[in-house]
Amino acid sequence: MKRPFQGDWVESVLTVCPDSIFITCKYNNAWLQVLGIQVKCFHEIITIGYRVYHSYDLPWFRTLSWYFLLCVNYFFYGETVADYFATFVQREEQLQFLIRYHRFISFALYLAGFCMFVLSLVKKHYRLQFYMFAWTHVTLLITVTQSHLVIQNLFEGMIWFLVPISSVICNDITAYLFGFFFGRTPLIKLSPKKTWEGFIGGFFSTVVFGFIAAYVLSKYQYFVCPVEYRSDVNSFVTECEPSELFQLQTYSLPPFLKAVLRQERVSLYPFQIHSIALSTFASLIGPFGGFFASGFKRAFKIKDFANTIPGHGGIMDRFDCQYLMATFVHVYITSFIRGPNPSKVLQQLLVLQPEQQLNIYKTLKTHLIEKGILQPALKV
Amino acid sequence: MTELRQRVAHEPDAPPEDKESESEAKVDGETASDSESRAESAPLPVSADDTPEVLNRALSNLSSRWKNWWVRGILTLAMIAFFFIIIYLGPMVLMIIVMCVQIKCFHEIITIGYNVYHSYDLPWFRTLSWYFLLCVNYFFYGETVTDYFFTLVQREEPLRILSKYHRFISFTLYLIGFCMFVLSLVKKHYRLQFYMFGWTHVTLLIVVTQSHLVIHNLFEGMIWFIVPISCVICNDIMAYMFGFFFGRTPLIKLSPKKTWEGFIGGFFATVVFGLLLSYVMSGYRCFVCPVEYNNDTNSFTVDCEPSDLFRLQEYNIPGVIQSVIGWKTVRMYPFQIHSIALSTFASLIGPFGGFFASGFKRAFKIKDFANTIPGHGGIMDRFDCQYLMATFVNVYIASFIRGPNPSKLIQQFLTLRPDQQLHIFNTLRSHLIDKGMLTSATEDE
Repeated sequence: MKRPFQGDWVESVLTVCPDSIFITCKYNNAWLQVLGIQVKCFHEIITIGYRVYHSYDLPWFRTLSWYFLLCVNYFFYGETVADYFATFVQREEQLQFLIRYHRFISFALYLAGFCMFVLSLVKKHYRLQFYMFAWTHVTLLITVTQSHLVIQNLFEGMIWFLVPISSVICNDITAYLFGFFFGRTPLIKLSPKKTWEGFIGGFFSTVVFGFIAAYVLSKYQYFVCPVEYRSDVNSFVTECEPSELFQLQTYSLPPFLKAVLRQERVSLYPFQIHSIALSTFASLIGPFGGFFASGFKRAFKIKDFANTIPGHGGIMDRFDCQYLMATFVHVYITSFIRGPNPSKVLQQLLVLQPEQQLNIYKTLKTHLIEKGILQPALKV
Repeated sequence: MTELRQRVAHEPDAPPEDKESESEAKVDGETASDSESRAESAPLPVSADDTPEVLNRALSNLSSRWKNWWVRGILTLAMIAFFFIIIYLGPMVLMIIVMCVQIKCFHEIITIGYNVYHSYDLPWFRTLSWYFLLCVNYFFYGETVTDYFFTLVQREEPLRILSKYHRFISFTLYLIGFCMFVLSLVKKHYRLQFYMFGWTHVTLLIVVTQSHLVIHNLFEGMIWFIVPISCVICNDIMAYMFGFFFGRTPLIKLSPKKTWEGFIGGFFATVVFGLLLSYVMSGYRCFVCPVEYNNDTNSFTVDCEPSDLFRLQEYNIPGVIQSVIGWKTVRMYPFQIHSIALSTFASLIGPFGGFFASGFKRAFKIKDFANTIPGHGGIMDRFDCQYLMATFVNVYIASFIRGPNPSKLIQQFLTLRPDQQLHIFNTLRSHLIDKGMLTSATEDE
């Protein structure tokens, strides 16, 4: 049964609204927004767990769930801060201590929570408590890790944050529109409203959209440069020499495209080729995240994750397709785009023993001179 | 699955609710928790007595209480002997054993899940569980192999490609499993399938990550593997002995057999044991040196110059102990000081792992994880305290003992862009000059 078109306008507006917040944000706000969304998603899923298991009456457990959320976030944010703000961290003495023993401190905090859980086991509610413990951990695994991958993508350059998210949103909308106008063959029993026509139409439109969005955004340094912390200005800056990925290059068209477009060459950003991979993933695999969430809702007999957004359900409902996307973009970047993070390498170098540092220094110097990057006649 | 439907029919007296969806949820929630309580009343398969025939005959003339004691005692000794044998066989065998233990533990916990949820009839799911286990192991082993066998990997072309795109390949494999799960969702069994999915992932998180941390510790030096595990075993045995002879005050409601006397006695005994064991082991290179892969001989070697941690040093005994022992200084390995930390953790926090497993067994109304070892239960029963220990040792080593791996850093450096390399090089140079390690004299070498 198709909904009246009027309702769809409301839905479309409300779809675009929260997502457009991302477009207008700056880096400082983006951090907080991602954190806020993560906390809200965690809260929604945990609340569902409470309802399923009628475990409102385990007051300890609410505290413990939030405590674990805090611990895991502390661990991840600590790793991020150490990586990207090495210069900032070197200045402050207390931060140095916290960074050096970061893993140990995080582990100790987690252990405290674990021991509190064991001490809180009550005879009649063993099974419930274990269920909620497992539920909390799986939720943490999903929401917290993904949100940190999103932030790492963000630091790589805002374009790595904007293009994937918009591709998923675009796929959502265009698949819906194609399904609305041309939909006939159902796609999967889990979601009876999805159709093959919508799926395929959405795929092609998303690839085109991603291609165009990549072209538009690649021009601006603001989107394309990795975020860095500059100690002199004490803020985040996105200024750099854009890498080759974001410099126009001419490609020769393969013969059959030549005939169609009647052009021999075309000027593209290499990033646009990558955007095709991202859009393809968003269209083909992203929906599986949505099916997973639909199956989850059916399994636990809930209509929506929560009622935060009218007509749309909770925050989780909006972000269910994004989770796989964030991980994919991160894995894609680390595998195909960038190598290791330079400031992380530097930070680890500075932690070594002085003799090891000296050895490494000599090795590096030989290597750089061989490559011609360093002039041999360097004086101290 | 018809069992679930029958139970729904037996629950006509669900309390009336205002909102329909909530009542629906509540009835189903009722059904779920109720079906679980029904599962409790029909007890899970009773552990049959499968002590070997040999032992049975040998102990046939003893009363059953003492017989149990003897069975446990003999098997404890057998396990300790087995432990020594595999240590003797070397790191490669140890790695394989760790892997086998991990697979067995995973199997035990998953089987419990199947028993709890009566989900034998989801054939897809068995395949998927094993597939996920394979994926996660592939990811972790891949990371280990790349780190430690860097030169071997660089030589072989297919290995090089596999290691370069390792994360991407692992992620793809995992995604395939995820999509298969979504496609396998069957209308009537949604909730069961999600439960098993969650159960599998939590099990993987516990079992697989810990076993890989154990292997990391092993590569750091066999002593980092042997001393923690022995401390946990010693604490187990000592706490039992002290509890047996002096035990009076119960420790925690979860495990009524544990006592405070056993806990405290076990703590002191374990610290002393740890000190002695570290003293003995620190003398031998084969235990103390990191495991390395030798390209020429194509095998593992444990040969090195022992680090400062494993060289005897003089320590001044504080005044209070001086008067007691009558010595002014004592010669110890610095590692023995670390072993005090490890033993303390094994005695104070390790038991929480045991309590967690006890609570888990009570929650799911099972006596033992499995019946693999007669008198002792399954492999998980033996290893429940070890899990926290493995993580602690790994975090301890990473935080206090070794820093980052220098050769790995050089590798990472070589993959950076030239301008990044130059920037790092200059920063390092100014840092070394600040520290006074570098002067113009050494610069011109």
